[in-house]
Amino acid sequence: MNLRLRQIVKRFDGHLVLDHVSLSLDGVRSLVLVGPSGGGKSTLLRILGGLEHPDSGEVELNGQRLAFTEESLQQHRRSVGTVFQAFNLFPHLTALQNITLPLEKVHGRAPAQAEETARQLLARFQLESHAHKRPAELSGGQRQRIAIARAVSSKPKLLLLDEPTSALDPEMTAEVLDAILELRQEGLDFVLVTHEMGFARRVADQAAFLADGRIVEAGPAAQLFGAPATPQTRAFLDKVLKY
Amino acid sequence: MRVANAALALLGVSLIFYFSFQHLAYHLRWSAIYPYRQIFIEGWFTTIGLSAAALVCSTLAGLCSALAQGSRFLPLRYLGKIYVELVRGTPLLVQILILFYVVADAFGVKNRYLVGVLTLSFFSGAYISEIIRAGIESIGRSQWDSAKAIGLTRAQTYRYVIFPQALRQTLPPLAGQFVSLVKDSSLLSIIGIQEFTLSAQMTNARTYSTLECYLPLALGYLILTLPISLWTRTLEKRHKFET
Repeated sequence: MNLRLRQIVKRFDGHLVLDHVSLSLDGVRSLVLVGPSGGGKSTLLRILGGLEHPDSGEVELNGQRLAFTEESLQQHRRSVGTVFQAFNLFPHLTALQNITLPLEKVHGRAPAQAEETARQLLARFQLESHAHKRPAELSGGQRQRIAIARAVSSKPKLLLLDEPTSALDPEMTAEVLDAILELRQEGLDFVLVTHEMGFARRVADQAAFLADGRIVEAGPAAQLFGAPATPQTRAFLDKVLKY
Repeated sequence: MRVANAALALLGVSLIFYFSFQHLAYHLRWSAIYPYRQIFIEGWFTTIGLSAAALVCSTLAGLCSALAQGSRFLPLRYLGKIYVELVRGTPLLVQILILFYVVADAFGVKNRYLVGVLTLSFFSGAYISEIIRAGIESIGRSQWDSAKAIGLTRAQTYRYVIFPQALRQTLPPLAGQFVSLVKDSSLLSIIGIQEFTLSAQMTNARTYSTLECYLPLALGYLILTLPISLWTRTLEKRHKFET
């Protein structure tokens, strides 16, 4: 993906969450956003996903500038996949229905075709035996993998993941990270917000460190994690990697 | 075990009534009202007709008002609020009189049954509106977010995500409201609609056998209201899912 962010500002109730964020990346497969909580990572991801519009600034994805009108944002949301921290799935629908709903109602697939796609995806993430279970009957890891399956079911141009493992125990985290790794190997572009530094380092081409609403440092992941250039990034990484 | 416990509770209630009626030392003279049975039966069917029509119309009114209150168009939102507060804050008796003698008269509507159904729907709709609104508001922000992220429109979100989940929350209070509606239809007697209650009042006026008139009245209403409660209970079971 080619991504350009120009002077993005976002306030919530007068509180500055994103403070003139700019970033320019070309030919990147995967970008990871790290930083302390409340630093603006999730808000930035939500803007990329068309779920929030900035107070000012521009976003350009693969040469296309996002227009922040409801209509074009909806088009944009349909062309990307988004996975949140938790509660992605609809509790009244089965795993299978959770995946077929957007395929049928948003992307206009025939029910049989949607089900076929959904079953293939469930099989891929070793979830075929859970097709007819509702979210409450599934583990957190299974739920997140279904959410990921749903997000990629319409073949989005970009997958956005907002701390997809932060509500999970280590074993389930591994299941979900495996799924993300597999998608990366298939060549799906993604932007990931995470606290899993080891994983971030392994999957990301590019990384950005956000704190206090600004990008403090951005660059190749190996460099940012291996030899951070700013004291603030170094202090953060030292802290989170301490134990 | 359940049956035995229910029987025990029923026995207790029966004993209290048995004692009270014994104490009264009054002999029920069913023969006095028997010749008027046809009036009762006709009144009972009129009550069914009025209630069934008002049940459908009040649900529609409630749905419209609940959606209006969630609308982003402010005049519509306030209209919904004014409607609810005005209706809930005034007695049904006054509403019936004003709507029949003033509003319906002004608009040239002469059919008192039509006015009766509309008034009852107007009244009950305000309560149903609040029940539906509470049901919609009980669905968490994350569900709206997920629906938005997969590209559903606002209308689709209501249809496929919010309503199916809100339904479960609204069924018990909705059943209570429908039961009230059936009983409230008795007030329509004041504009000369000969429904079940007016039938009893008329028979009483002719035979002076108050208990013999009003005991069948209670039974007649129970026959209508109990199935509503039972029906919603089965619906509740069907829509059961954990969140």
